[in-house]
Amino acid sequence: MLGTTVILAFRAINRHKLRSFLTTLGIIIGVAAVVTMVTLGNGATAAVREQISSLGANVLQLRPGQGFGRGGGGPRPPDFKERDLTAIENQLTGVRAVAPVVQSSGTAIYEGNNWSTTVYGTTSAYSEVQQWKVADGRLFLPDEEEAGKSVCIIGNTVRTNLFQGTEPVGQRMRIKGVSCQVVGVLATRGQGGFGDQDDVVVMPIKFVQRRFTGDRDISQIMVAVDDAYDTSTVQASLEELMRERRKIKAGDQDNFNVFDTKQISDTLTGTTTILTQIVGAVAAISLLVGGIGIMNIMLVSVTERTREIGIRLAIGAVAREVLMQFLVEAIVLSCLGGLIGLFLALIASVAIAPLMQVPFLFDVKVNAIAFLFSAAIGVVFGYFPARRAAALNPIDALRHE
Amino acid sequence: MAADPIISLPIISLRGVTKIYGEGPTAFQALKGVDLDIQQGDFVAVMGPSGSGKSTTMNILGCLDVPSGGTYLFKGHHVETLDRDQRALLRRRYLGFVFQGFNLLSRTTALENVELPLLYRGEDKKLRYEMGMAALDKVGLKDWWDHTPAELSGGQQQRVAIARAIVTQPDVLVADEPTGNLDSQRSIEIMELLTDLNRNSGITVLMVTHEPDMAAYARTIVHFRDGLVESIEAGVTA
Ligand SMILES: Nc1ncnc2c1ncn2[C@@H]1O[C@H](COP(=O)(O)OP(=O)(O)OP(=O)(O)O)[C@@H](O)[C@H]1O
Ligand SMILES: [Mg+2]
Repeated sequence: MLGTTVILAFRAINRHKLRSFLTTLGIIIGVAAVVTMVTLGNGATAAVREQISSLGANVLQLRPGQGFGRGGGGPRPPDFKERDLTAIENQLTGVRAVAPVVQSSGTAIYEGNNWSTTVYGTTSAYSEVQQWKVADGRLFLPDEEEAGKSVCIIGNTVRTNLFQGTEPVGQRMRIKGVSCQVVGVLATRGQGGFGDQDDVVVMPIKFVQRRFTGDRDISQIMVAVDDAYDTSTVQASLEELMRERRKIKAGDQDNFNVFDTKQISDTLTGTTTILTQIVGAVAAISLLVGGIGIMNIMLVSVTERTREIGIRLAIGAVAREVLMQFLVEAIVLSCLGGLIGLFLALIASVAIAPLMQVPFLFDVKVNAIAFLFSAAIGVVFGYFPARRAAALNPIDALRHE
Repeated sequence: MAADPIISLPIISLRGVTKIYGEGPTAFQALKGVDLDIQQGDFVAVMGPSGSGKSTTMNILGCLDVPSGGTYLFKGHHVETLDRDQRALLRRRYLGFVFQGFNLLSRTTALENVELPLLYRGEDKKLRYEMGMAALDKVGLKDWWDHTPAELSGGQQQRVAIARAIVTQPDVLVADEPTGNLDSQRSIEIMELLTDLNRNSGITVLMVTHEPDMAAYARTIVHFRDGLVESIEAGVTA
């Protein structure tokens, strides 16, 4: 009996190609839309997460002035001194690592290649704070830091543009007119929240201060908070310490600011979560619209096919067999539509993901849910109208116009 | 070939069959107590004015509809007590139908239309083909087996419908105005075909018609009036 109904179902699909296609179309569009949107949404979320993690977790940035930039008029707030660094290291609890940073931009030259980049003067602690790893070569040696020797660690973008295939470690290049030796290459970090994080040259802070900035000021202090401590508590005590050290009276405004990178990551994560929810909602609606489309076609086609049901019943088909045929038809069409939809979604996602600069992430769960949901809609809406028709007396079904 | 009505049990026997369409104030009694015996191997023409209950009776005889009251014995078995599926199996096994409107499946070849009852009977592909082609041969449409209804004339479509009705070798062929949509030449061909099936294949034929010319092919003529059997007479061929 199943064999018979399967034959009949396939015959019916084959004979009514347009009707079959229209039935399937709703499912194809629904599934393709949902899966594409959710896949790209997941990719975007993953891209944002990636950027967040590249910022380094639980890091407090201490800068002079209020907020980003130096703020309006008035005297320029003083930079930090090495004493501040030592004080933070010694007096603050919950600190994993502290790194001073001075920044300077300039051109690097190697064998006729030029590359404009940013020079970071810092200490080895910076790698610990930012969780940067050295892919090739090594970090600065203690005596290199102490003496402020002319050594550098370069980011991957600098390596690619300046060395173009030559192994950089051990080579000498020029930075802002000064010769320096490359001792290491940083592991790639990619596009971060603030531009290309691989476009850097890192040098011992003492060297940068002596040759480039000309004073012993520290423009930024990065404080990595120990995982066991609460970042906001550490932030509060850091602010208190700095107010004390900078002799700011109670009620006066700070002339420095502490920025918690976790704030960025929280904001970004929140945004992507909302984004994913919106995308999910839109996707669910399109699946629903697809489902209603299937329902319409199925209802129309069953009305159209009531006479056919009557003929089959009249020549001796049992209602169950007629229903089974419709069920098989609905299953075949829904599954076919679902598979085509998944396939189209795959093509669309793979094509669009690079344009959006997000990774393509194949999510089995999303594919399975969309497929099962649409198949269920197809089966339900294919089956129930047919059941009504098959419940008629054969003669009533035959008379149906 | 006709069985002796005195010694043999009728294949179909209706007693006090009523049929009421609808409910309440709009209810309409189409049959008011029909008594009718049909002998195995008979060729019966059913005549009567429009609305007299001919089709209603045929649908009940063919198990396409159920009576509201009375008894219906088919081969000595009560049919009015059977459920939907049992009636379907009865149609599948013993009955063939020909309708005024042909009722073939569209976009489906003549052969596939004819094979359909065999498919529901679970016959295998080879047997379906052989029996289907034999039935088409019997109605003279062997060469048209791969044509769809849209590619066939009305007379040809009705012959395909007859082939579909007889492919299962039924005991009874029920035909409600089989020539109602055909011109007189096509009608004569159909009547000759039905006569041949009745005489040479032993199929009991029940046929509704408005035309005395067509009724003339029958052995027995039943007249309906106002939901009752008015009279039964022997046909000219009897
Ligand atoms: N499904 C139905 N619902 C309501 N009334 C019906 C139904 N079918 C038939 N009738 C009524 O029952 C009566 C008998 O109908 P039936 O079709 O048996 O007549 P008939 O003798 O076949 O007529 P005709 O020669 O016009 O085909 C008619 O008055 C008809 O209106
Ligand atoms: Mg009628």
